[in-house]
Amino acid sequence: MKKKLLSAVLSATMVASMLAGCGSSEPAQTTTEEKQATTTEAKTEVKEDAPAAEVKADTTEAAATGKVYYLNFKPEQAQAWEALAAKYTEETGVEVAVQTAASGTYESTLKSEIAKTDAPTLFQVNGPIGLATWSDYCYDLSGSDVYAELKSDDFALKEGDAVKGIAYVVETYGIIYNADILNTYFGKDYSVVKSVEEINSFEQLKAVADSIQANADDLGVKGAFTSAGMDSSSDWRFKTHLANLPIYYEYQADGIGATDAIKGTYLDNYKAIWDLYITDATCAPTVLSSKTGEDATAEFALGEAVFYQNGTWAYGDLSANGMADESLGMLPIYIGAEGEENQGLCTGSENYWCVNKNAAEEDIQATLDFMKWVVTSEAGCTSLSNEMGFVCPFKAFDNYPASNPLINIANDYVANGKKPVAWTFTTMPSEEWKNGVGSALLEYAQGTGEWDAVQTAFVDGWATEYTAANN
Amino acid sequence: MEKAIKRYFPIFALPTFAAFSIGFILPFILGVYLSFCEFTTVTDATFVGLKNYIRIWGDETFIHALWYTSLFTVVSVLTINILAFAVAMLLTKGIKGTNIFRTVFFMPNLIGGIILGYIWQLILNGILLNFDRTLTYSSAYGFWGLIILMNWQQIGYMMIIYIAGIQNIPGELIEAAKIDGANNRQLLRHVTLPMVMPSITICSFLTLTNSFKLYDQNLALTAGEPSNKSEMLALNIYNTFYGRTGWEGVGQAKAVIFFLAVALIAIVQLRLTRSKEVQA
Repeated sequence: MKKKLLSAVLSATMVASMLAGCGSSEPAQTTTEEKQATTTEAKTEVKEDAPAAEVKADTTEAAATGKVYYLNFKPEQAQAWEALAAKYTEETGVEVAVQTAASGTYESTLKSEIAKTDAPTLFQVNGPIGLATWSDYCYDLSGSDVYAELKSDDFALKEGDAVKGIAYVVETYGIIYNADILNTYFGKDYSVVKSVEEINSFEQLKAVADSIQANADDLGVKGAFTSAGMDSSSDWRFKTHLANLPIYYEYQADGIGATDAIKGTYLDNYKAIWDLYITDATCAPTVLSSKTGEDATAEFALGEAVFYQNGTWAYGDLSANGMADESLGMLPIYIGAEGEENQGLCTGSENYWCVNKNAAEEDIQATLDFMKWVVTSEAGCTSLSNEMGFVCPFKAFDNYPASNPLINIANDYVANGKKPVAWTFTTMPSEEWKNGVGSALLEYAQGTGEWDAVQTAFVDGWATEYTAANN
Repeated sequence: MEKAIKRYFPIFALPTFAAFSIGFILPFILGVYLSFCEFTTVTDATFVGLKNYIRIWGDETFIHALWYTSLFTVVSVLTINILAFAVAMLLTKGIKGTNIFRTVFFMPNLIGGIILGYIWQLILNGILLNFDRTLTYSSAYGFWGLIILMNWQQIGYMMIIYIAGIQNIPGELIEAAKIDGANNRQLLRHVTLPMVMPSITICSFLTLTNSFKLYDQNLALTAGEPSNKSEMLALNIYNTFYGRTGWEGVGQAKAVIFFLAVALIAIVQLRLTRSKEVQA
């Protein structure tokens, strides 16, 4: 009998330990939670002599304040967000967890995280197309404090009257150039222009790039442009950001802001700039498929190339690789469209905050409070503008200029009356469309495909994907 | 005592059974159910019937992945097994340093697929760069790169199984054949091969299913580039599920078809090779 009892107890322990094992597999979020735990502990200790009822009341109150779980999109700023969250927890006692999806995996991480019981309360979409997927999960922010802080309605993502997303960072991209090498070039007798200001059209840009490429050895560079890598860490620079320009000019010509069928009016210009990128480059076009974003950054930072198409977010990587602030400059991406002398840099946002509608009410409230704190408090504004290097479209940020020199360059363009190019790529019908264009671009560059394939992927692919996404 | 074990069978089996249900049966049922649904996250699915299964056939990448995977499986099963058997034959001849060789050949198998993929990507790209090419230049490079990688990784493992099989052949059987005047080729064809048939069953089963389900090596080596042309089935399913908005259910349906195909092929293969097994 004893034996039986023993075996029953043993097996019960086994089951129990197994279940316990299952239960404790919480995702490794940040240390904020732990810190939170220790602060509560400390609180309880102090209150040890207080009546038990009061302690109880205190804990229920803590539970009612809710908690925040932010699924962050930008790995570059992961640590800054965690530090900011810890600071908020310290100030208010509200638990803030920050998790960051690895580069290129945001959608898949969000897809699995939002199905969990502890779903993110604050997440991001990349614009109208991203919103189409997640619209059912988005809380209407129209009455929220953070919406009231927005400088302009242009930065809100609306569906009818409902505000579903709020842009929290505005970014700018163009052709970053190495001012030191370019100045050396202007001093040479083979240079076609003598100052950066003269590069104000595609013809000029091409002439400069061609003559740099022809005299690469003399200038000590490998090519005019960094490698136009088509690895997934870099291909978005061309299939998304560069493709923005022909789409932007077509929208301008037609006076529209989105379309269900693109015509490809400016595809020849797209071809011209792409040809320039792959011809006047540091590497042969046949090896583009495995060139990464890091390769391009390294080439540029080491002075092997003069031009590098990227945006304000690249500043951190460039300065970490030893680029001095004063050797950085930025040119608009000229594609040979009419009136491009007045074209500025490409400015917009693909980072919209959304609040999870399905979260508990107190969690939603906690999240809204957190957002408000981030965009109004000194700690939040300093962190966003200095540590993360963001330009934020909220009122309070007028007092916190960004420290990122590329952003100042972007501001100068606007101040000089150049017309910024809007980010129309948020209207691209799907990721699949971008992939199709990217693959065709690569095949064309390698010589294994024709430009017609790019045209097909661009025009026909748009219509197909638009129907597929909106059926 | 035996009676007691029988009586407490449910209790003893419970932990494993619970783990098996939670970790395998329930997700499997959920997965099959989801293949008939449209959904963004797995918790908000709406039933749509066979729509996902119909949409699969409009997806060219899936058809391509199917052929690409089949071709890869055929080539890799043949090369891995032939080479592994050859190495096993060599290393049972009693040459000097046999144990060292066995260990060395087995070692690649201890490295994870992702790491292997990146290592071979570096090696192969390093070689191809001399010709201004890269692994992702065309799907043929990716195909042969994967074949080389899988051979390198799996030959050692299959070799161990073959060595065990070869060592199990009774010495007197070979001796008798030799006395009867069998030459080396006849010995191999009529004694060794039939006797290691159980090993062949296991090895071809392992290589066949491994090649069909190959994912991490594929992801690390080429990630399906260029234009999804070196994408194998498992990676295609993953990309459909996570990469295309609104196609989650289709990815799920592909996975169900994939499961059925692998199961069917494995069963047929087992039947075929089993029937050739002999008793000494």
